[in-house]
Amino acid sequence: MIWQALTLQLGYNATLVTIGAMLIGIAAGVTGTFLFLRKRALVSDAISHATLPGVGLAFIVMVALGGDGRNLAGLLIGSALTAAAGLACVQWLTLRTRLAEDSAIGAVLSVFFGFGVVLLTVIQTMESGRQAGLDGLLLGSTAGMLLSDAILIAVGGAVTLALTLLWRRPMILVAFDPDFAAASGLNIRLVDFATMALVMAVTVIGLKIVGLILIVALLIIPPVTARFWTDDTAHVWQLSGVVGGLSGFVGAAISASAPDLPTGPIIVLTSFALFTLSLFLAPNRGVMAAILRHVQFQRRVHLRQGLLALAQSQPIFERYTVKLLEREGLARADGVATDSGRARAAKALRDEKRWEVLRALPDQEATAALYDGLREIETVVTRDQLAEIDALIPQPAGVPS
Amino acid sequence: MAPVTLVAENGQTEPENLDHSPLAIRGMTVSYGQKPVVFSVDATIQEGSMTAIIGPNGAGKSTLLKAALGILRPLSGHVSVFGRPLATQRHRIAYVPQRASVDWDFPTTVLDVVLMGLSRELGLVGWIKGHHKSRAIECLTRVGMEDFADRQIGQLSGGQQQRVFLARALAQGADLYLLDEPFAGVDAATEKAIIAVLKTLKEQGKTVVAVHHDLATVADYFDRVFLLNTRKIAEGTVAEAFTAKTLNAAYGGRLATAQIDQLTLTG
Amino acid sequence: MSGAEFVPLSLPPILIGVFAAIACALPGNFLVLRRQALIGDAISHVVLPGIVVAFLITGTVSTWPMMIGAALAAFVAVILIEAIRRLGRIEPGAAMGVVFTAMFAGGVLLLERSDTSSVHLDVEHALMGNLESLIWLDAFGWSSLFDLEALAGLPDELPRIFVTMLGVIAFIWLFWRPLKISTFDEGFAQVMGMPTNALGLALVAVSALAAVAAFDAVGSIIVIAMFICPPAAARLVTDRLGRQVGWSALFAALSAVLGYVLAGYGPIWLGGQDSVSAAGMIATVSGLILAIAALFGPCRRGGRA
Repeated sequence: MIWQALTLQLGYNATLVTIGAMLIGIAAGVTGTFLFLRKRALVSDAISHATLPGVGLAFIVMVALGGDGRNLAGLLIGSALTAAAGLACVQWLTLRTRLAEDSAIGAVLSVFFGFGVVLLTVIQTMESGRQAGLDGLLLGSTAGMLLSDAILIAVGGAVTLALTLLWRRPMILVAFDPDFAAASGLNIRLVDFATMALVMAVTVIGLKIVGLILIVALLIIPPVTARFWTDDTAHVWQLSGVVGGLSGFVGAAISASAPDLPTGPIIVLTSFALFTLSLFLAPNRGVMAAILRHVQFQRRVHLRQGLLALAQSQPIFERYTVKLLEREGLARADGVATDSGRARAAKALRDEKRWEVLRALPDQEATAALYDGLREIETVVTRDQLAEIDALIPQPAGVPS
Repeated sequence: MAPVTLVAENGQTEPENLDHSPLAIRGMTVSYGQKPVVFSVDATIQEGSMTAIIGPNGAGKSTLLKAALGILRPLSGHVSVFGRPLATQRHRIAYVPQRASVDWDFPTTVLDVVLMGLSRELGLVGWIKGHHKSRAIECLTRVGMEDFADRQIGQLSGGQQQRVFLARALAQGADLYLLDEPFAGVDAATEKAIIAVLKTLKEQGKTVVAVHHDLATVADYFDRVFLLNTRKIAEGTVAEAFTAKTLNAAYGGRLATAQIDQLTLTG
Repeated sequence: MSGAEFVPLSLPPILIGVFAAIACALPGNFLVLRRQALIGDAISHVVLPGIVVAFLITGTVSTWPMMIGAALAAFVAVILIEAIRRLGRIEPGAAMGVVFTAMFAGGVLLLERSDTSSVHLDVEHALMGNLESLIWLDAFGWSSLFDLEALAGLPDELPRIFVTMLGVIAFIWLFWRPLKISTFDEGFAQVMGMPTNALGLALVAVSALAAVAAFDAVGSIIVIAMFICPPAAARLVTDRLGRQVGWSALFAALSAVLGYVLAGYGPIWLGGQDSVSAAGMIATVSGLILAIAALFGPCRRGGRA
């Protein structure tokens, strides 16, 4: 079953849903990157919760006009309207009052959602509302999806993705360096508005498959995952699109392969699995790499400090330093230097002196700024320069040349 | 640890007085990520002195102070306060953070901030009584802010905020005062008022340490300097440690020689 | 309305709503000031996986295992957020978003995969609570308030949320000074020797406790709304922390009472027959109060004079 699902052999509807989920995943991954880089990831949470009253209002209006309240296109238009209203409230509260953005987000998401719930209970009391199935939009549901819905989602996902790719350059610029972007003539507010409009589009189109509570995950998890693998903004959004698309595709396929596997949660958990792998295993920013680096770094610092203390016959206050020196055969357990310890210590001290001289040279300011206590001086100056520096200091005894 | 004699890097020996120093730092290294911003620094603050910690931007001045106070966790280092572990001596320390480090929009008044300096004495649930308030007002008077006691702190100017911070430190009644950039972004009148208060503290035998960035006023305001640029460059009286040679070593080409001559000549 | 109708049907839900609202709003003041408002959002989302796992382990829908499960889930979420933030060097908002959505998704999946048809356990319940059903059948009127036998029949949620509220009040009262100082100036608090990290964690733990106790009765929507809206509105009304906390409790209680009454009687006044969701209406009213404060509050603008 899984294999058939992954190769899109589970029928027309399932195939459209899978492709639609993939397109939404890519679009969400890419637009989410710009939110993430602007450090506004959770604004999407306010937007998505603010869709609920729109869904309810659209249903009531469509029924009042004598139509079918369940028309997906109508519901999505309604949800987009209140999502925009919610976003406007967040902006207004942040700019016009002293409240911080996190409070504004939390207030808007809970109040709009609460009002949406009120509307849902109103609908439940309406004649035509009993089987409205609007609560399916809370968590997403692909069961009983109409063909027209599936087409709407696939086309909507494709259009959103196309617009995202089209506008990516200004969005990258603004996310990466807003001041520079403004200086080079970009209208920041317009670009931010476009970003938010795309986030809204992704949210609205994702409602049916992923549901409004979980769509946030598709906007946040892929960019965060991608960030572990690269420091280059361009690569972040590309990779994020891949992670989002993969999660959407695999998640939707897995969920189509068996009953009782809700699409939205499976997609979210797929992306979370990718995130967890990245968190631990990414080569540079991953946790394992960072821990390893930190241990080595701490060792270098303590060793170097220990050597400098030995060279100046200062007491060493830290047990770890003494232990390291001992393990390296540079000192005895009581902190007295061995022969090789003395030699290394003298070299360390001489290097400190060399840095000191270097720092006082007026034309070497940039080089001297590289000093951090650990960097070998030989790596920043040429042999000739080193000789010049050495000429300025008296050679201490006992340094092997 | 047995008392030992330290050999300073310039070859001079100075008596080891960890036992008496209000703040003694040994082998302090602090890093952000993989880059040490303070490397293997020793410092011995003299009791009753007014010491300026100076050095170029990014030299690790504030970082050293914060690590010494346990606000940042150093990679290595040993700190003693009045010869004892920091944890047992906190009541003798008053710390004035950088003004920009707090949220001035916080819903509180000037008097309230000064009363925070008394919280050790008040304990968890002690009531604030009249004599606490009058002491807080007295501290505000010493910095010339008594008329602002009921103001919301967000309504103050930068200089006024700095004075309130100093008043809070005074309320603590400490023996060692540590100030992080107390003159950053304040008006001339405030600078004068703050330095007058600090000099009074010194006359009372208290110890004052301030991160400072204006080289022109070092010699007027302080009697000792601690020159830092990732490593300790120099430490001593203004005459000893605030010289053309040490400044050049700390600031490199950033200060023109003429400037340095002027600074050290006037000092 | 007569006491015979009000006391059994409306008094308990209103009281539960008021106590839950106050229990959430009080720690909410500090969360809002610490720019951690969305911790409340995260906590209320992870309550669902907590109760589902508790149900799967114990096999019954009973209160205590579920509350413990929810509290544990909140704890796990906070630890995970901190770990991801520090280990992955990711901004707190994004770290929160990753954790609570993934945990919520896990909760929904577990719920769908397990047989809960025989028990009343679903997502809607977790979101919206069932405030309206918390009635006091043993009461016949105001006199029942003095009738020990009748009092024994009060819904369990009432004493539970009341005790929780008292606990929250005690925490805030006892640690008022350290909470205030460490929220305003963490570095200063540390130099004074205050355990600021432990204090921050305790604040989150107390918030989680309030959230879990409140969610049981009123659902997660109110929990998030009450963490944020009343304190935010109160901040716009006063410039003193003490008064802000007082106002926030008042706004919370007002939202609960007004919201409940509007949900129950509003539709009838408008000519309808059925009531609407009380939880949703309470959240809506708290939003209206915030809107009024944002438009007219004397301290709505920040900055210096």
